[in-house]
Amino acid sequence: MATVLDRFMEGDVRALSRVVSVVENRTDGYREILAKLYEKSGQSLRIGITGPPGAGKSTLVNSLARQFVADGKRVGIVAVDPTSPFTGGALLGDRVRMEELPTDGTVYFRSMATRGASGGLAAATDNVCIVYDAFGFDITLIETVGVGQVELDIIDTCDSVVVVLVPESGDAVQTMKAGLIEIADLFCINKSDRPGAERIAAELKHSLEVRHRSDDTWTTPIVPTEALNNKNVDRLYESILAHFEYAKSSGVLQKHRREQIRRKVRSIMRTRFQRELDARFLSELNLDEIIDDICDGKSNPFDVGDRLYDKFCRG
Amino acid sequence: MTKKIRVLLAKPGLDGHDRGIKVIASAFRDAGMEVIYTGLRQTPPMIVEAAIQEDVDAVGISILSGAHMTLFPAILDEMKKRGADDILLFGGGIIPDEDKDELEKMGVAKIFTPGAPTEDAIEFLRKAVTERKRDEKLM
Repeated sequence: MATVLDRFMEGDVRALSRVVSVVENRTDGYREILAKLYEKSGQSLRIGITGPPGAGKSTLVNSLARQFVADGKRVGIVAVDPTSPFTGGALLGDRVRMEELPTDGTVYFRSMATRGASGGLAAATDNVCIVYDAFGFDITLIETVGVGQVELDIIDTCDSVVVVLVPESGDAVQTMKAGLIEIADLFCINKSDRPGAERIAAELKHSLEVRHRSDDTWTTPIVPTEALNNKNVDRLYESILAHFEYAKSSGVLQKHRREQIRRKVRSIMRTRFQRELDARFLSELNLDEIIDDICDGKSNPFDVGDRLYDKFCRG
Repeated sequence: MTKKIRVLLAKPGLDGHDRGIKVIASAFRDAGMEVIYTGLRQTPPMIVEAAIQEDVDAVGISILSGAHMTLFPAILDEMKKRGADDILLFGGGIIPDEDKDELEKMGVAKIFTPGAPTEDAIEFLRKAVTERKRDEKLM
């Protein structure tokens, strides 16, 4: 019988789905599979779409995907939605906006739950992008959770980051300025038929003028769109391609991907240590007695932390 | 960690009554499952394609339009055609008992009718997914 990986290599979509699940669930053998697929990756252009909830990210992703398909590209989409920290469940609803995508294999769409990660993506999103890349998608579109906090995971995963805002995001921009201004390669003011679109564009433009990004001569465009009516999305599309061209020709892309590898290696180490710590130490530790002592004033969390750390290191 | 149950919930055809499926979606989510909701007006090929891409354990269909004897078999056929008939198909809606029996004979794993407690659906899904075995070699 052909293995899942064999079928994956032959372009079987069901096998692709299985591999994505294996990577997402960290099923035994997932690291070996990723190591194999990594060799075949590096070709896909990764575009991240982030911004507050309700800004129109899913609708934009849908429009962009269709434009890429019209240009003869194969597109993989990952859309991330939050996992409940209380029940572990998730309602993944981004497909609702994807109704009109072709079902002939040119577009692949996968919903992912954050499963405890808080940086706007799931822990496995980056690995899933490697899987997409190896499967042969020219373009990967990544939609973040969009819960409003600064979603910085996306710069470790994407080549181009589109920050989507709406005219009503005025106040939000004030508070999110720091992170958003720094990570955006492109701004999109969606629902720009509503009042305030020009004002927010002007405010953004001002913030961008005083932004400092090292070694980067890219002028971040601010593109007004109406995704629902498919208005001006072609301009956003052109701007994304322009950014990619710029990044390639200036060397920014190469440098950026090099930095991503550095962070990736660190993150792999961190994850392994943490999982090791959880599996071998924390899960077997009975904290109740220790907590009793702290509650009774016989000890404190800091000394306890030191003592446990030493105990773990010894082994 | 036990494996997360992934379930796709869809409404096929022109039936726009989505209150029931939204109640079920929330109940499954609160039971710790990952629920992929497709929205309204899905065709059988769209539903099966989504189920394959999302690698779900089960597909749940809500039909209140009376078209269940057409749509369920169409989805089952499409699943077979795409080699995805190992994915569990279940559903709910206003479905007469005799149709329910026939659908379950055809291969729909379970039909829930009005008044069924959400706990029953959760219990059914947990059990059915645990019993589902995957015969595959990774690499």
